[in-house]
This record gives sequence, C-alpha cells and structure tokens, in this order.
Amino acid sequence: MKKIRINKSLKDNLITFGLVTVAFIAVEILKMTGHISSLMKGLLVPVCIYIICAIALNLCVGILGELSLGHAGFMCIGAFSGAFFSKCVQDIITFAPLRFTLAIIIGAVFASIFGFLIGIPVLRLKGDYLAIVTLAFGEIIKNVINVLYVGLDDNGFHFSLKDVVSLKLLPEGKVIINGAQGITGTPNDSSFEVGFVLIIITLIIVLNLIHSRDGRAIMSIRDNTIAAESIGINITKYKLMAFTISAGLAGVAGVLYAHNLSSLMAQPKNFGYNMSITILLFVVLGGIGNIRGSVISAVLLTLLPELLRGLSDYRMLIYAIVLIVLMLFNWSPKILDLRKKYSIKNLISKSKMKEAE
Amino acid sequence: MRFISYLINGISLGSVYAIIALGYTMVYGIAKMLNFAHGDIIMVGSYVIFCLMSGAGVSPLVSVLISIVACTALGITVEAIAYRPLRGAASSLAVLITAIGVSYFLQNMALLIFGANTKQFSSVIKMDPIILADGKITITGETIVTIVCCLIIMIVLLTFINKTKAGQAMLAVSEDQGAARLMGINVNGTISLTFAIGSGLAAIAGMLLCSSYPSLTPYTGSMPGIKAFVAAVFGGIGSIPGAFIGGIILGIIEILSKAYISSQLSDAIVFMVLIIVLLVKPTGLLGKMIQEKV
Repeated sequence: MKKIRINKSLKDNLITFGLVTVAFIAVEILKMTGHISSLMKGLLVPVCIYIICAIALNLCVGILGELSLGHAGFMCIGAFSGAFFSKCVQDIITFAPLRFTLAIIIGAVFASIFGFLIGIPVLRLKGDYLAIVTLAFGEIIKNVINVLYVGLDDNGFHFSLKDVVSLKLLPEGKVIINGAQGITGTPNDSSFEVGFVLIIITLIIVLNLIHSRDGRAIMSIRDNTIAAESIGINITKYKLMAFTISAGLAGVAGVLYAHNLSSLMAQPKNFGYNMSITILLFVVLGGIGNIRGSVISAVLLTLLPELLRGLSDYRMLIYAIVLIVLMLFNWSPKILDLRKKYSIKNLISKSKMKEAE
Repeated sequence: MRFISYLINGISLGSVYAIIALGYTMVYGIAKMLNFAHGDIIMVGSYVIFCLMSGAGVSPLVSVLISIVACTALGITVEAIAYRPLRGAASSLAVLITAIGVSYFLQNMALLIFGANTKQFSSVIKMDPIILADGKITITGETIVTIVCCLIIMIVLLTFINKTKAGQAMLAVSEDQGAARLMGINVNGTISLTFAIGSGLAAIAGMLLCSSYPSLTPYTGSMPGIKAFVAAVFGGIGSIPGAFIGGIILGIIEILSKAYISSQLSDAIVFMVLIIVLLVKPTGLLGKMIQEKV
C-alpha cells in the first residue's frame, strides 16, 4: 500500500479547517440542546464577522507586511453596497439565499474596487505613513457615506450629498440611503450557518493564496522588498493583489454585518478607526501572519468582554489590562528571556543534567 | 470680515492641534512609536482641572499647574510600566498595540470614575474678548490665550532642544540610540523626559481645548488626538516646526471647510488634504527623507 504523504502546509491547513468545523458543530449541538444563552446567540454572527475581518487584515498585515488601519472603511463599503443591493431587489428576488449570495458578491466586488483604487496611491508609502493614510481613507469613507443620499423612483437612481429634498424624487419613489440614518429595513439574511460557510470560503481563499506562487511572492516582498525586486518580482502588482483581496474579504464581512441588523448606519463605533484597531488587536494577539491564530483570538477576544459581563463596569478595564499584560508577556525581551530560562523544556533538561552528574 | 474671523478661529484650533502634535512628534522621533494613548492623557488632564475647579474650588491657575504635574507623572508612569519593557522588542506592532491597550485603560478608568455623561467644563480663561472693526470681528479671550500659549511653547521647546544638554541628548537619542548610549547618554532617562514633556503639553492642550469646546466625556481626547497625529504626519513626523505648521494648517482647513463647504464633510476634507500632501511628499512637509540602503 502506498503511504499517503501529507506535506506540512496541507496538514496545517487541515488543522485550521478542522478546528473551525469542530467549533461550528459544537455550537450547533449546544444550540439544539438549548445550552446557549440568548446573549451568546446574539454574538454568534458578530464572531463570524470578526473572524473574517481578522483573516482579511492578517493577509494585509501579516502576509503582505503593511499595517492598515482602514479595514473598517472597506467593511463599510461592503456593508452599504450589499445592503443597497438587497434593498433594491427585495421585491424582485424573493429567494433569500440567492439574494444574499448576490449581495455578498456585490459587496466583495465593490470593496475590492475601492481597495484597488486606494491601494494604487497608498501602497507607495511605508510603515506608519501607510497606517495613517489608510486610517484617513477609512474615515473619509465613513464621513462621505454619512452625507450620502440615494433614492430610487421610476426615473432611476437619484444621488445627493445634501439632503432628501434635493434628491427630487417622484412622490412614489423611495429613499434607500438616508444620510446619517443609513439604510433601514435590510432583509435579515445573516445567520451563524451562513457565517460559517463564509469563514470556510475565506480560509480557502487566503490559505490557498499564501501557499501559492503568488503568496510566496507576496511574502518575499514583506521579508525584503529590495531583494524581491532584484529577482524580478513585480512589487506593485503583488502588493495590490494582496491589498485588494484583503479589502474584498473585509467587504464580505461588511455584507454579513449589514444583513445581521435591521438598520445600518455608518457610526464611529461600527465603522470608525476604533473598529479597525479592534480588528488589528485580533491579528496581533493571534500572531501576525498566523491565520489560525487570528481565528482563535477573534473568537476569544469577542467573547472575553461578554464573559466578564458579571463584573459589569470593570469588564472593559480588565480587557485593557489583559491586553497590556499579554503584549508584555509575549514581546518584552526581558520577559522572553525569563520565559526561556524557566520554561518546562529547560527545567527538564537541567534536571537531567544534574542526574547525569 | 467673516473670512478673517474664521481664519482666527482656525488658527486657534490649529494651535491646540499643534500643541498635541508636538507631544506626538517628540515621542515618535525619540521612541519611534505611535503613542495612541496621547489623546487620552489630554482627557485625563481636563478631568483633573474639572474636578479641582468645580469640585474643590481651586483657582484656575493652580488647577492647571496641578493638572500639568499630574499628566507628567502619568506620562512617565505609563512609559515605565507599559512601553519601556517592550523596548528592543522584535515587532514594532507590539508597542502600538500596548499603546492602544493603555488608551482603552485610561478611557475606561475615566468612564468608571466619572461616568459616561458629559461634564460641562467651565472655561479656565477669564479674559474679555477683543472687538475689532466695529464689532465685525470678535476675538475671544480663549482664542488669544491659545495662540499665545502655542507660540510660547514652541519657542521654549525649540530653545530647550537646541540650547540645553538634555535637549541635545534628545536629538542624539532620536538620531541613533546605540551611538547615544556609547556617548554616555542615559537613554531611558531621556525617553522618560520626552514622555514627561509630551504629557505636560497634553495637559495644557486639554485645558485650552476644553475652554473653547466645553464638553468633557471620557472620549474627548481621542478625536483631537487622531487629528493632531494627522497634523504631526502632515508636517513631517519627528520634526518640531513641522508639527507646529501641520497643526495650524489643519486647524485652518477644518474651520474653513466647516464654514464654507459642509460641517459633516470637514473631517473628510482634512484627511483628503493629508493624503494629497503625503502622495506628493511622502515624508510630510518638513520630514527628512531617509535613503534606503541595500
């Protein structure tokens, strides 16, 4: 019998997929037996959203090596374009799965287009400058959507940046995007099961990309741009590729977000830079460049404030302290030395050495 | 006439941004880190003044001084506990995330102590407004004090850095930490000093900001913090005159676009200008270009 050879990356990927699937099945069983509180149930879809976002941002930060603080902006674009589509075709396509699939494709495409357009100028910058410009773009997107009015009547679409009146709609026309009030009455198509499928699709896309020729090119840019350039890798192309895919996936998360709520507004708390930072936290604490780590940390960090709910007012404070302590524990050179000195492996080998003496 | 009064308001707001941006730029120049918690130190400073003045009835000047001392101490403590252990860490993102953690910590601490409702901040500055051109232009006392404060801080800071030993040490550390250590400069001490100065400036900025815009919440500091950070990048991060110019220009653009274009879009316009500047000059207006070596 021929022995099936499994290479390391395939094994790694299978572990990731297995982990997600097992977690999904476990939650489904808990749901069926009624062991999940309604609070936790409400968190299931947000967890999926955060996982997708974290994977998307990890592609940008960990694999491409460029710090982006604007992913909430791409989420925002995905959310609004997806919800806009759903709202427009609500009466035409009544079959929800088809409508939602189309909405997701549209959200992803729009977010990717914006990612591509923004990426062209932005990716020329480096390091912290790139971070601040992506942050700026995220804020611009949020601000513009807050003053955007779009209406639909028999004459087609009407756009305005001022108010509803200036749309000049016919009496029977309806306002779809109502400035700061956003989109209301989006069909509630998101569910935990859909979220799970989307996570798997995201994982397939990202993991395949990382282990492909293109992915290795992207990682070579991260490790040494000049060396990569000197062996003939097209820097701009691969940077844009990773950034666009990352933006598109963030858009998918946005569509999921939009269809989870009945009213969608672009507020600082859901699409502001704070959101981008929250996603960045998942990526960094899960391990930069480690996709499985992002998934795990997105789940844990979303649940942590809820698990601490018993401590009511103190929970966010504890969250902050946990964050600082974790960073110090993981990265401080002195603590790393101490950890090495007193690690189990080291202690075992020391005791062995004593025995030998 | 309208335009001139908008312009003056812009310069006043810009001065506040400039003072905050100075803190950002000094810390960035020396520790090469984005101190996301800087904006929240402003908030802490404002709460200290608020408590002292409306709670304990301390005179404005004394409460401002106490607030400066408190913020300085806070800055040094934060640096020693959260940032110093991470110096020399493999990932620069680690410090960034820690700074975000500190920012969350300060915000939630304030939330816990003072609650989420807005506090009405009574102006620290008691000065009559100046009325020019038959009442067409009114310059409030806050505006004058803000602009004067900013100029004084700017001059003092430049003199300090260029003329004193401690200032020269700062420049040396920001140039090359290893070499500075070999020359016998106390690097940790110098970085602490930088944080102290930056945080002290944040307290002044908080006082000026809340005197002009008198509503105080635990999140008061975060948006001005981000804007000031944009100002610092705009002027070339690491450069002190750059932070000053960046802050002033940003303030003017913000007020003018609020007045003439759209109050909702003013933030978007500010950020758009930043992007355009960075695309033309990738290191900001006065930033130094660092040649990349193979």
